[in-house]
Amino acid sequence: MTGQVFAGLKVADFSWVGAGPQIARELAFYGATVVRIECHRWPETTRTAGPFKDGITGINRSAFTAAYNVNKYGISLDLNMSKGQEIAKKLVQWADIVSDSMSVGAMAKWGLDYESCKKIKPEIIYFSTTQMGQHGPYNKVKGYGFIGVSYAGYSHLNGWPDRDPLPLFNNYSDFISPYYLITALVAALIRKRKTGKGMYLDQSQVEVGVSFLAPSILDYMVNGRIACRMGNRDPYVAPHGIFPCSGTDCWVAIAITNDEEWQNFCSVIGNPDWTKDSRFSTMLGRKGNEDELEERIGEWTQNYTADQAMTMLQEAGVPAGVIQKAEGLFNDPQLKHREHFRFLEHKEIGVHAYQSPAYRLSKTPCSITKAAPCLGEDNEYVYKEILGLSDDEVADLLIEGVITTDTDIPEVLCGK
Amino acid sequence: MAEEKNSLLAGYRVLDLTDEKGQLCGKLLGDLGADVIKIEPPRGDPARNTGPFYKDIPHPEKSLFWFYTNLHKRSITLNLETSDGKGIFQRLVKSADFVVESFEPGYMESFGLGYAELEKINPRIIVTSITPFGQTGPYAHYKTTDIVGVAMGGMVYIYGEMDRPPNRLSCPQFYFLGGLHGATGSMVAHYHRELTGEGQQVDVSCQQAVVLSLMIVAEIWDMLKYSYRGMGPFYAGARPGGSPLFSQVIYPCKDGHVFLLVTGASQAGMVSSSRALVEMANREGMALELKDYPWQTIDAATISQEELTRLTDAIAGFIKTKTKAELSSVALEKGILLAPLTTVKDVVESPQFTARGFWQEVEHPELGATITYPGYPIKMNEAPYRVQRRAPLIGEHNEEIYEKELGFSKEQLGILKNCGVI
Repeated sequence: MTGQVFAGLKVADFSWVGAGPQIARELAFYGATVVRIECHRWPETTRTAGPFKDGITGINRSAFTAAYNVNKYGISLDLNMSKGQEIAKKLVQWADIVSDSMSVGAMAKWGLDYESCKKIKPEIIYFSTTQMGQHGPYNKVKGYGFIGVSYAGYSHLNGWPDRDPLPLFNNYSDFISPYYLITALVAALIRKRKTGKGMYLDQSQVEVGVSFLAPSILDYMVNGRIACRMGNRDPYVAPHGIFPCSGTDCWVAIAITNDEEWQNFCSVIGNPDWTKDSRFSTMLGRKGNEDELEERIGEWTQNYTADQAMTMLQEAGVPAGVIQKAEGLFNDPQLKHREHFRFLEHKEIGVHAYQSPAYRLSKTPCSITKAAPCLGEDNEYVYKEILGLSDDEVADLLIEGVITTDTDIPEVLCGK
Repeated sequence: MAEEKNSLLAGYRVLDLTDEKGQLCGKLLGDLGADVIKIEPPRGDPARNTGPFYKDIPHPEKSLFWFYTNLHKRSITLNLETSDGKGIFQRLVKSADFVVESFEPGYMESFGLGYAELEKINPRIIVTSITPFGQTGPYAHYKTTDIVGVAMGGMVYIYGEMDRPPNRLSCPQFYFLGGLHGATGSMVAHYHRELTGEGQQVDVSCQQAVVLSLMIVAEIWDMLKYSYRGMGPFYAGARPGGSPLFSQVIYPCKDGHVFLLVTGASQAGMVSSSRALVEMANREGMALELKDYPWQTIDAATISQEELTRLTDAIAGFIKTKTKAELSSVALEKGILLAPLTTVKDVVESPQFTARGFWQEVEHPELGATITYPGYPIKMNEAPYRVQRRAPLIGEHNEEIYEKELGFSKEQLGILKNCGVI
């Protein structure tokens, strides 16, 4: 992939599950060669959790895994075997970057922590991303994404003031952490070009979550205020809500931030008498009477589809948007224009969607060309072409079970 | 200044023209040591009016939102719409490395400061444009606020109670996501520039940034044609050929709530988690009916809703009698898949962040106060984190930059001030 930003850059990707693999994926979008190391004996959670193609289980049928490993090469290797560790060290020798998102201590157990890798290759750039970071009293907390959104304070801020808090199905902090890491990682790569020196980056995903709540944190630090759930309300703006539209479970979001937008809104809905009520003519009045106001607005929105309501209001300069469902994202004209979803043929899943970066580079666009690998799909290429092992050496590793195969998948996972 | 030398982006300059839509981008580049110059309209950036405020005093020099998103930056005032203002900006671009802007698409181009023009002045320049939907396309000129943006990116439908409209998170995320992805794209472009000398434009869509944060919501549709919807305190698992399985994950406890997975099946960690939890309850004479429950036999594809609810109800009764701290300390020790739902107060008081040295004390001399900020979530011993300075006052660095750096005389600055340029 010459001509791309990261052409020639090599990554040994030992990370797994959600947050970690997205980091090297970004580099792979722009031309880096990324080798993802996995093992059939303990397939990662995303391979066993699904969603699976047609709902049929199988470690190579999960779009969860595919999503974060597109454009990468995939190999199978048992790091619990000493020969597996030797091969892994060859990959470290080959790589510019080592990627780790294992529980604290796992990489050290295999002799693959930063200090060990530095001895193999002093200029290596090595990052670890875990829920709590490498140190501190909670560093051994289990690495599931719900930990991040619970400990960072997100769930407490999700829902309604009169109800219990709600979970964040999307484990949000897993999806902001990678981008913090990438910015620092690219800076570390440039430092290495200039100084020849490698370095270590130790990320706490919970700290990333806290950083994205910074205004509320400062509000507590300075004003002692503990942020609470507000449903769809906003402390400063009214109307500010989500209103019913025609169709099943269809909604439109509307936020009117000043008098001009309010006047425009009133024109769109035909200036009915209630809009002339002086209680609604100022922001303070609207905020003070928002229950009634929002009920009135809902009476108007329910006559239209969410798309119609959004279009009418946006054409008049009023902030409004459909509550997009997953299905709607695939039909969204703006996301289509941006080519957000790209379709590639995966060996077992068939043609399916991959997401592209949120930014477009005018001169060096991303290139999404290789569907995510099945477990061990690129063994042949990586072991022979990249690491230079002979046919006999690879055969021996297979026989010894160092390179794992489908027969090594635990029975409990095969049977499903 | 040994510390400064170690900063990864020391010596690189960012011209930051953004309002609330893009401010985090420059802040993140400043976190890595870049010299970020915030260019404000003469009366100050309108985002200075964004709450919350210091001591709840609404004032453009007291916005806590602004303090955080403009940490590290210096400020000059400049009216880009005047001919002098435009000329000064072009001079600054000559020696800058990044321009970050979040105007409506076409605004910069409308007075000759679009990427095509800036590239002629400095072919190395990277221009990062952060907007709700990107520079082109059917929604490029749509107006957004946080709730509208996250809704259109799919992040509202996945949260909510079953008997109410879906809801947004009660903490704005839309523009933070845009700023974060803006910083990412800027750095990818920066790497290319360092290798080749070629700059480019980075065109960010906050909407796409939201979609990328949905975990497997799009993938569930792609595989199973099911649009995930928020379902109260439950996860709603799609089951092929059957009704979804509701698993309670949020539980009220004595002083708040916890997240908890009550599960089993094939994954060893889940079986041992459920066993440890039941043991803890049994020791106090609770959930005794689950004493020898065969957690390893649970199959999410076939377990009945009644059976799962029986399990979670028994656990819920025990959880109610304990505090967040009691539950989470046992969870930590025994590997139970439980986490406290923290408030901002809990976060601030947590020993973990303090042990990592996360918090940063920042002096605000004009307020006579030191404020503790969230620091940087990545530790790098070879390039330690450093707060360069607190967020600037309006035009605080006019003299430093216009006089000392660009060589304007006091008389010239007077003229520029008088005609509304600075």
